[in-house]
Amino acid sequence: MKPILHSRLSQALVLASALVFTTACRQDMHDQPKYKADGASAFFADGRNNRKAVPNTVARGHLNEDDHLYRGRIDGKFAETYPFEITAEILQRGRARYAIYCQPCHSPQGDGNGVIVQRGMKRPPSYHIERLQQSPPGYFFDVLTNGFGAMYDYADRINVEDRWAITAYVQTLQLSQNTKASDLTPEERAKLTAATKPK
Amino acid sequence: MAQIFHKSFNSLSKISIVGGALVALTAVGYAALLFNRSPYVTQQGVVREQPVPFSHDHHVAGLGIDCRFCHTTVEVSAKAGIPPTKTCMGCHSQVWKDAEILEPVRESFREDKSIEWLRVHDLPDFVYFDHSIHIKKGVGCESCHGRVDRMPLMLRENTLNMEWCLECHRDPIKNLRPREAVYEMDWTTQFFEKTRAASLDANGHPQKNDLEIQRELEALQQNLAREYGVHTQVNCSICHR
Ligand code: HEC
Ligand code: HEC
Ligand code: HEC
Ligand code: HEC
Ligand code: HEC
Ligand code: HEC
Repeated sequence: MKPILHSRLSQALVLASALVFTTACRQDMHDQPKYKADGASAFFADGRNNRKAVPNTVARGHLNEDDHLYRGRIDGKFAETYPFEITAEILQRGRARYAIYCQPCHSPQGDGNGVIVQRGMKRPPSYHIERLQQSPPGYFFDVLTNGFGAMYDYADRINVEDRWAITAYVQTLQLSQNTKASDLTPEERAKLTAATKPK
Repeated sequence: MAQIFHKSFNSLSKISIVGGALVALTAVGYAALLFNRSPYVTQQGVVREQPVPFSHDHHVAGLGIDCRFCHTTVEVSAKAGIPPTKTCMGCHSQVWKDAEILEPVRESFREDKSIEWLRVHDLPDFVYFDHSIHIKKGVGCESCHGRVDRMPLMLRENTLNMEWCLECHRDPIKNLRPREAVYEMDWTTQFFEKTRAASLDANGHPQKNDLEIQRELEALQQNLAREYGVHTQVNCSICHR
């Protein structure tokens, strides 16, 4: 009798069943040695793939010379104006960004009594106090960019344009909370009455 | 002696050997397919032991924090991004600041060492995936990651198998929602409730039944598909570049 494994058929069968086992394991192509965001690195001393810029270097196109746009200052003083025109669209953007990044602490109205504050966060001042009412846009931009006291900065999470958009929305909130019904046009007042009427 | 077996049994016996082998192979193959789809391989529904037991349930459903507060790059890049320790400390330098379970977070911040979160979702490196396109075309986080707001610990809701991607890519329209609602959980139920509430007559009876609302939903999704330009995408090269 021929040894079993010498028949063509059984060889084919053995090979075919061996194929089955290749499907279940992770091969090299699954985990390639390339670096991906947020991964661990065996090469760099801090164990991170994500690299910071080397100190005292500037990435191409990131010199950020414009003091007004990037630091909210003009001649060293907080800017009283916006570096670009604030349109209704930008205000909507600011509103949406405010809801993501600020609302948890500052509350939708900006009175500083957000959910996180109710759970033990230091209470921020209301935006509607005299001092903040008087603060220029550049000041708010600076608070977002560099942080303020117990509040950490948002420079690495919110880009420059969005920080200005949020500033514009915060100033809109200030305006809205301090406008009297008598300051509105008749049409606006009609809208307000309709919207606040109990159903 | 008369032959017990008819002559045709010669070929029958050969066929049955080959046939039996085929059946056995198919069974093994099928078992392998099942095995490949089992949670053991796909890690579907498996919870990892993380350095800090971070709860989406608590932070998303309990505190109402938007996904983008932590996963900042999800709208604009392939990666959603895992938040750096600084994001946690923005709150936990004040809230629960002495809690034992948050010690790894404080230590990471003090010593500038990353918290080593274990990946829950991980596609093979030969697959190209991009979050931003899905967000822009109105696919909710929920459609792929499930009810994150109900996960005390993160787990993988879906297999991430190719067939799972394709199931949606063949007919994406029924998974669409308005862009603003991408981060919301349980959006379909909300849609039903809102539409029903809007149809109440003077006596408080809803004027639309579930079937009508379902049709309205489908019409909305058809419109979104047109507005956002969503098509069937099953070309191999979109995911294997
Ligand atoms: C994690 C909670 C938290 C979040 C989120 C947060 N803040 Fe604050 N904010 C604070 C606290 C706390 C203070 C008070 C800091 C202090 O006095 O030490 C503060 C203060 C401020 C002030 C007042 C500074 C002053 O002169 O008194 C402004 C303006 C402000 N925040 C704007 C924002 C904006 C805009 C956002 C969204 C991008 C934001 N904050 C997000 C907690 C937060
Ligand atoms: C307070 C910060 C925070 C918020 C808000 C948040 N997440 Fe997370 N998320 C994390 C952290 C930290 C991790 C990593 C730890 C883990 O896997 O549990 C994570 C992990 C994840 C993962 C798994 C990542 C992996 O390893 O594959 C998914 C998916 C996810 N989050 C989705 C969401 C969605 C969807 C939302 C909004 C509904 C959300 N997250 C809101 C902090 C947050
Ligand atoms: C916007 C504020 C905020 C951020 C950002 C935040 N947390 Fe929390 N976290 C809270 C609050 C508030 C509580 C307490 C909840 C309560 O009192 O119900 C909490 C509770 C916790 C708890 C213990 C309670 C539980 O959920 O079982 C852990 C662990 C925790 N957070 C981890 C983290 C980690 C890790 C991060 C960073 C990825 C983070 N948190 C980011 C606000 C925050
Ligand atoms: C079309 C399906 C899909 C949608 C929609 C989706 N994700 Fe993901 N997500 C994935 C897949 C697939 C992975 C694994 C990616 C990988 O391994 O490269 C992933 C990974 C992640 C991760 C961990 C890795 C990373 O990218 O940093 C986080 C965090 C995450 N998703 C959060 C979110 C959030 C938040 C949303 C909603 C805004 C969302 N995802 C929407 C499919 C999806
Ligand atoms: C719930 C539905 C859904 C799932 C699940 C899903 N996708 Fe998508 N995907 C979409 C939609 C919708 C688009 C946009 C289609 C269009 O632009 O016409 C898209 C687009 C893409 C694109 C960009 C296509 C292009 O035009 O270049 C890639 C790449 C992609 N998906 C990869 C994946 C991968 C990989 C998976 C599985 C891990 C996956 N998707 C799972 C819905 C989904
Ligand atoms: C929508 C995205 C998508 C498209 C389109 C797609 N694939 Fe895939 N493919 C995947 C994903 C995701 C995986 C990884 C599945 C896993 O982890 O098991 C994969 C895995 C594979 C594998 C490896 C299987 C293994 O187990 O290692 C092959 C081969 C493959 N695809 C071929 C194709 C071919 C051929 C086409 C075109 C007909 C195609 N794919 C189209 C997403 C896609």
